[in-house]
Amino acid sequence: MASVSSLPVRKFDAVVVGAGGSGLRAALQLSTAGLTVAVLSKVFPTRSHTVAAQGGVGASLGNMGEDNWHWHMYDTVKGSDWLGDQDAIEFMCKAAPEAVIELEHFGMPFDRNDNGTIYQRPFGGHSQNFGEKPVQRSCCAADRTGHAMLHTLYQRNVFANTQFFVEWMALDLIRDAAGDVVGVTALEMETGEAMIFHAKATLFATGGAGRIYASSTNAFINTGDGLGMAARAGIPLEDMEFWQFHPTGVAGAGVLITEGVRGEGGILLNKDGERFMERYAPTMKDLASRDVVSRAMATEIKDGRGAGPNKDYILLKLDHLGPDVINKRLPGIREIALKFGNVDCTKEPIPVVPTCHYQMGGIPTNYLAEVVIPQNGNPNTVVPGFYAAGEVGCASIHGANRLGTNSLTDLLVMGKSAGDSMIKFIRENNTHKPLPAGAGDVSMARIAKLDAKTGGESVHAVGDAMRQTMQAHCGVFRFPDMLEKGVTKIKQVAERAEHLQIKDKSKVFNTARIEALELQNLIEVAVATMVSAEARKETRGAHDRADFHDRPGFVNGRDDDNWLKHTLWYKEGNKLDYKPVNLKPLTVDSFAPKARTY
Amino acid sequence: MKNTKQPVGAHYGWKDWMIQRVTAAVMLVYSVLILGFFLLHGSVAFADWKQLFQNQLVRILSLLFFFAVFYHAWIGVRDVLMDYIKPFFIRLSLQVAVCLFLIVCSIWTVSILWGN
Amino acid sequence: MKFQILRFDPDVDQKPYFKEYDIALEPSDRMLLDALIRIKSIDDTLALRRSCREGVCGSDAMNINGKNGLACITKVSELKEPVVLKPLPGLPIIRDLIVDMTQFFQQYHSITPFVINNDPAPEKERLQSPQDRLELDGLYECILCACCSTSCPSFWWNPDKFVGPAGLLAAYRFIADTRDQATNDRLDNLEDPYRLFRCHTIMNCVDVCPKGLNPSLAIGKIKEMMVKRAV
Repeated sequence: MASVSSLPVRKFDAVVVGAGGSGLRAALQLSTAGLTVAVLSKVFPTRSHTVAAQGGVGASLGNMGEDNWHWHMYDTVKGSDWLGDQDAIEFMCKAAPEAVIELEHFGMPFDRNDNGTIYQRPFGGHSQNFGEKPVQRSCCAADRTGHAMLHTLYQRNVFANTQFFVEWMALDLIRDAAGDVVGVTALEMETGEAMIFHAKATLFATGGAGRIYASSTNAFINTGDGLGMAARAGIPLEDMEFWQFHPTGVAGAGVLITEGVRGEGGILLNKDGERFMERYAPTMKDLASRDVVSRAMATEIKDGRGAGPNKDYILLKLDHLGPDVINKRLPGIREIALKFGNVDCTKEPIPVVPTCHYQMGGIPTNYLAEVVIPQNGNPNTVVPGFYAAGEVGCASIHGANRLGTNSLTDLLVMGKSAGDSMIKFIRENNTHKPLPAGAGDVSMARIAKLDAKTGGESVHAVGDAMRQTMQAHCGVFRFPDMLEKGVTKIKQVAERAEHLQIKDKSKVFNTARIEALELQNLIEVAVATMVSAEARKETRGAHDRADFHDRPGFVNGRDDDNWLKHTLWYKEGNKLDYKPVNLKPLTVDSFAPKARTY
Repeated sequence: MKNTKQPVGAHYGWKDWMIQRVTAAVMLVYSVLILGFFLLHGSVAFADWKQLFQNQLVRILSLLFFFAVFYHAWIGVRDVLMDYIKPFFIRLSLQVAVCLFLIVCSIWTVSILWGN
Repeated sequence: MKFQILRFDPDVDQKPYFKEYDIALEPSDRMLLDALIRIKSIDDTLALRRSCREGVCGSDAMNINGKNGLACITKVSELKEPVVLKPLPGLPIIRDLIVDMTQFFQQYHSITPFVINNDPAPEKERLQSPQDRLELDGLYECILCACCSTSCPSFWWNPDKFVGPAGLLAAYRFIADTRDQATNDRLDNLEDPYRLFRCHTIMNCVDVCPKGLNPSLAIGKIKEMMVKRAV
C-alpha cells in the first residue's frame, strides 16, 4: 500500500454515509446502476431515524380530491417563509408523486381508499388552490409511515444487493488539495479499527442533529455527524439558525406525536378548554404550519393558559375521533400516549409541548444534491465528488420552516436526485482521484487524543451543558440578550469539548468513544446554530426573535430587504457569510414574498 | 473458525406436520372410545376385555391407534434428535435405531392383536 | 435502585460476570433505558445499543429480569429489584449487552424480504383494497429487535437453520401481500423440517413481542397455505 495513509484503504465507486431514507434511496439508485457502493451506517439500516416518522409523505397524487404539484409548491414556499429556494422546491413537488408511486411499487404498505388507491390525510400547511382550504396530501401507512418506508427501502436494497457496512461510524471527510472530496475515514465500532473509504463520489445522508437540544423528538443517533465532518473540512453550514419545534412532543418525554393526529381531526386546547388555534390561524386552525402552531402554543403557556399543575403544557384532544379511527389510523400514537404520557387517548387528551424536531439548515446543496460553496465570486460553486441529501442537506427546500410530510418527500426526491447526480459524475470521471498525503491522520489523531486523555471532562457533563445552553438560549422564542450570552456560553462549552475524557479504553464496541466523537460533531452544530441565530436580526419561520416582531413595514416580523438571504457559517473563526435566496423556480412564475397567514 | 455451508431446503415437513396432527386425533378418538368402554362396564374383567378384542373392528381400530402412536413417536423423537444430537453419524444411527425399534413394535402389535 | 448487569469485554475479561449497580434515579428516569443512561453517565464502560428511545427502532432489546424486551419502553417502576439485565439469549455476546445479530439478519435475508412482482410497473400505484391491505396489519410493523427469535428454544438450537419467528413473520408479510407474485417460491423456500417446521408453537415469541405482534399466528397461516396447496 502506498504511503499516503497509515490506514487500510478500500475503493468503491460511491460511498454513502448514512442508511436512513435518503441514503437508502440514493444507494438503491447507485446499486441498480451497477456501481459499487459502500453504505456506512452507525446502526443497522432499519434503526435509522427515518423509522420514527409517523404522519406521512407529501405528494399531490390527488387521490382524495383535486390537487397538483403547483399548489404543493406554493404551500412549501409559503411554509418556508420565502427562505426556500424555489427551484429546489419546484423540483421536489413535481417529483413527489412519482417518488411515492415508485415506493408503492417497491412494496410500501400504504393505507388504501375503497377504490384501492393510496389513502391521503390532511396535514399542517397543505392547502388547495394556493391557501384556500386544507387538502389531503399526506400519503401514509397508519401512523408508521417512516417505519414502513425505511423497511421498504432497506428491503429493496437487499434486492439490489447493496453492500452495507453496519455499525461503522464515519469520522472525517477527505478532501484533496483542490478541495475535491475523495472519500471518508470510518471506524468499525465492533473492532475499533479505522479504514479509509476511497470513492469517486461521496454522499452524506447522515440526518439531523436534534440532539443539541435537551428536549428533542430525535433519536440518540441524530448527532449531526455529517455536519461536523463537513464543518471540519472547511465546508460552510447553511441556515443553521432554523430549527423546527414540533408542536406536539409528549410533555416531559419529548416523544413525537404526529401532526396526523390533527390531520385526522384532533385539536389543541389550553387550560380553559379553548381551541386557541382559531385565534391564531382562522382558516387552517390546528393545521397551520408548525412554526405558527408551536409559537401559538408557547404563547399560551407564556401567558399562563397552559394546562396541568404547573401550567406548562397544552392538551391534544382526539378522543372525539372515536376508538375506531384511532385504532385504525393512529395505533402507534395510542401506544406512545399510554407508554410515555400515561393517558388513554381514546378517553383523555395527551399533554404536549413544542419539542425540537428538525433542522431546516445543513450542508448547502443545489437541487441535484451537489454540495455548493461560495468560491471565486460564485456563491454556488459545486464541490466535485461531494453530495448531501435528506435532513443533512440544505437545498434549500424547507427554508425557515418545513411543512409536515415534506421531510419524507425530501429524502425520497433528494436521495434519488443525489444517486442520479453521482451516477452521472462517476460515469464522467471514472477514475479515483488520488488520496492526499496523510489522509486519515486527522481522524487517527482525534482518536489517539481521546484514548490518551486523562483528567479531562466527561462526555455526559459537557453534552448536558451544551443541551441546556441550547434549550435556554435558542428555543422557540429567542431574545437578543439571551442569544448574545448564548454565543459566549456555547463557545465555552465548545472549548470544554476539546478536553473530553473517556474511561473506556477498550477496542471492542467502545460506545464511550463513539459518544465522544458524536459530541464533537454536535458541538459544531450547536455553535453554528447559536452564532447564526444571534446574527439574524429578524423573525422568519422557526427563527422567532422577540425583538423583531410584526410591525409596520415588517410583515410577520420579517425583514425581506436585509434578511431574505441564506446564512453560511464557517467553523474557521466562526465566520458568517450570506448568499441570496433563489426566488426563481425552474419553469413556473416566482412566488413573491407576502404576508403569511393561515 | 471454519466456515461450513449450511444447506437447507429438504422439501419435506408439511406432511409430517399434518400426520402429527392426524395421528394425534386418532389417538384421542381411540382413547375416548376405550375410556367409554371402561365407564360403561364399571369393573372390567379379563373375560370382558378378551371378548372386546374378539371383535375384528376393535382389533383394526387398535392397530390404527398403535400405528398412530408409533408414527407420532417417530416424528417427535426425530425432531428431538434433530435439535439435540448435532454429529451427523450419531444422529443418523439413533434415527435408524428408533425407526427399527418402532417397526419391531408395529409387528409385535399385529402379533398381539391377532395372535392367541 | 439496584441493578445486576452482565458484563463482558473480550479485550479484558476471560468470561462474563455480573456487575452490581446501586444508583439514585431522577424523577425523569421513567424507562429502563433512562436508568441505563444514568448508569452510563457514571460508568461509561457499559456498552449497549440504543437509538430512538420510543420503541420503533428495535436497538435496545435485552433480557430484563429473565424476559426479553425493549429497555426504552419498559417502565422502571414496574421492575422487581435487583433488576437483572443480560444480553439477548442465544446469540454470541460481542460486549456487555451487545450481541452479534448476524445469524438473526441472515435468517431475515433468507426469506427474500422484498415484494416480488414481475408485471411491468403501472404508471400509478398498484391498487389494493382496504380489506387486502388489512392482511398486512400485524405483520409489517415488525421492528427486527429480535426479542422473539432469541426467546425461542427452536431458534436457540438451530439459529443457522430455523428461520425463527421474526423471519417467518416477515415471510408471511410478503405472502399475504396481494401485490407479491412469488407465493409459490416463498412456500417452496420454507418447506423444510428446519426452516419452518422447527416451530413447535411454544409461543414465547408472542409473549415477548414489544409491538404486540403474533408470529405464531403468521406461522400457522403459512403451514395452512402449504397444506392447502398440496391437498
